[in-house]
Amino acid sequence: MEEKSLLEVKDLTVKFFTDDGVVTAVDRVSFDIKRGETLGMVGESGCGKSVTSLAIMRLLPSPPARITSGKILFEGEDLLQKSEAEMRRIRGNRISMIFQEPMTSLNPVFTVGRQISEAIMLHQKLSGKEAVERAVEMLRLVGIPNPEKRYHEYPHQMSGGMRQRVMIAMALSCNPKLLIADEPTTALDVTIQAQILDLMNRLKDRVGMSVLLITHDLGVVAETARRVVVMYAGQVVEEASCEDLFENPLHPYTAGLLKSIPRLEGEKGRLNVIEGSVPNPLNLPPGCRFNPRCPEAADICRKKSPALLEMGNGRRVRCFSRGSPPEEV
Amino acid sequence: MIDYIIRRLIFAVPVLLGVSLITFILLNVVPGDPAVEMLGKHADPDAVQKIRNQLGLNDPLYVQFGRFLWNACRGDLGRSFKTGQPVTKMILDTFPTTVKLALSSAFVAVAVGLTVGVISAVKQYSFFDHASMIVALAGISAPIFWVAVVAQLIFGLHLKWLPISGYSTPKHMILPAIVLGIRFAASIARYTRSTFLDVIRQDYIRTARAKGLAERAVIFVHALKNALIPVVTVIGMQISGLLTGSFLTETIFAIPGLGRLSIWALSNRDFPLVQGIVLFTAVIFVIGNLIVDISYAFLDPRVRLH
Repeated sequence: MEEKSLLEVKDLTVKFFTDDGVVTAVDRVSFDIKRGETLGMVGESGCGKSVTSLAIMRLLPSPPARITSGKILFEGEDLLQKSEAEMRRIRGNRISMIFQEPMTSLNPVFTVGRQISEAIMLHQKLSGKEAVERAVEMLRLVGIPNPEKRYHEYPHQMSGGMRQRVMIAMALSCNPKLLIADEPTTALDVTIQAQILDLMNRLKDRVGMSVLLITHDLGVVAETARRVVVMYAGQVVEEASCEDLFENPLHPYTAGLLKSIPRLEGEKGRLNVIEGSVPNPLNLPPGCRFNPRCPEAADICRKKSPALLEMGNGRRVRCFSRGSPPEEV
Repeated sequence: MIDYIIRRLIFAVPVLLGVSLITFILLNVVPGDPAVEMLGKHADPDAVQKIRNQLGLNDPLYVQFGRFLWNACRGDLGRSFKTGQPVTKMILDTFPTTVKLALSSAFVAVAVGLTVGVISAVKQYSFFDHASMIVALAGISAPIFWVAVVAQLIFGLHLKWLPISGYSTPKHMILPAIVLGIRFAASIARYTRSTFLDVIRQDYIRTARAKGLAERAVIFVHALKNALIPVVTVIGMQISGLLTGSFLTETIFAIPGLGRLSIWALSNRDFPLVQGIVLFTAVIFVIGNLIVDISYAFLDPRVRLH
């Protein structure tokens, strides 16, 4: 039997209306997240990962951003049809988010405890005292020593890793169904990164939530996600289970990303890189968006855009050399 | 905290010494003899010499300065050459009037400035934003003597709503308080707007929204407290400025405050009075800055007073 999806994003398109022109930051992106599952979303900076996550939260600054088409079904209800007041009851409660920059994501002038209990009081309708107890409990849960004392500290008194733990405590304080983690470990050093990922994995099972893990780091995905969506220049270019993706990447971009991970074993040599850089979204290349950087680019890749090909077993790829048909315009 | 205040007050001593010394030197290099001023241009030279001896003006400069400092430490700033009254008394007599004017205009300015600044920032590029920023620019740029005269013409002469000058009823304070407050309000509005715009782009504001807080709570709880930190400096400095008297406003509206006393002292070469007022002004600024620094610690937990 097909597992019921918690979140289904269908044909989501987000455009930014800027002075220089219209930028399609997210182009007909579709994916879904099952209950209790961790979905990794991978891509370079500017590929539309963060915009997608903010679109789910309906936190994109408008203007300039506008969601021009698509559906975001959360537990069967379209978030794009919700009023702002309904969205506020969902944010921080049923869908929570943690961000890349723990150093700047907490308000410097309030104690961390207050920032956690604020969300609890808002959504759980607890009294002030109960909210404080719950916040302390959350701080303990995320592994902050001496939580009663730490409750009264300010963000600047904590390290980056500690602050990210506080962010996680805040995000999980109302037992959300979905946690969106936007590059949660990018700003942290490697040992702290492992601790935070481990913490997120443990708490995910404990709370029974799903996680959308956005990152540019395939190593992070390998440790946490079951399925992976690879994005490039605003489009999904490949989707696969974690094992399939690492063993047999289909899209040349994914293959390039995997090759550019530095390895300890094997012969030493120069690190592989993907030549070129992400195209300017105001001026996308004709044809496949990856063609200027693609080692396998053929004539058709420069003329037509490939459509996303369903290969069964949850696998999708957008590449002519893997059999994608041209996209209907 | 107490340690910090005491230490700051000790640091103020060299500042006040420096201010006194500079004023003393300046007053001694400008042309004009106070004794001649007192007795008139055609006075008998012997009488002038007698007065100079009496006032101690024939002593070496360092003796005069030392005497001034010694007396100032005991709260005695000498006597006015012109009126013979103690300078301390003249300052303290006029100071309450200036305080009243300063605080009433500061009150209006802070209330108006903060409100306008926050609304402009939240509704950036709206009609309100553009209109209020143009008015604020005009408020900062327009010379106060012109604004004062125009206000007197409109509200006093034509509409007859308010008295034009003098200082007898609270009603007399309204026009000068507003005129004095316009520039203050305008600078607060512009400053608040720019710091607020900076704050609402911060990551923690996104966090607050992601928590599900209403926009009202995001603006007035999470953003405002951060945005106020730099605005407090501006407010503090400006209030110190207002408390030491506004030369033009007090003169135009004939308000017997510290500003008008300064002008009078300067134009009469009343050295002890000028020196006393300058020292008093410096004290007010030192205290004002101290209060600003202390209020920082309350607003911003990152500032610890050491």
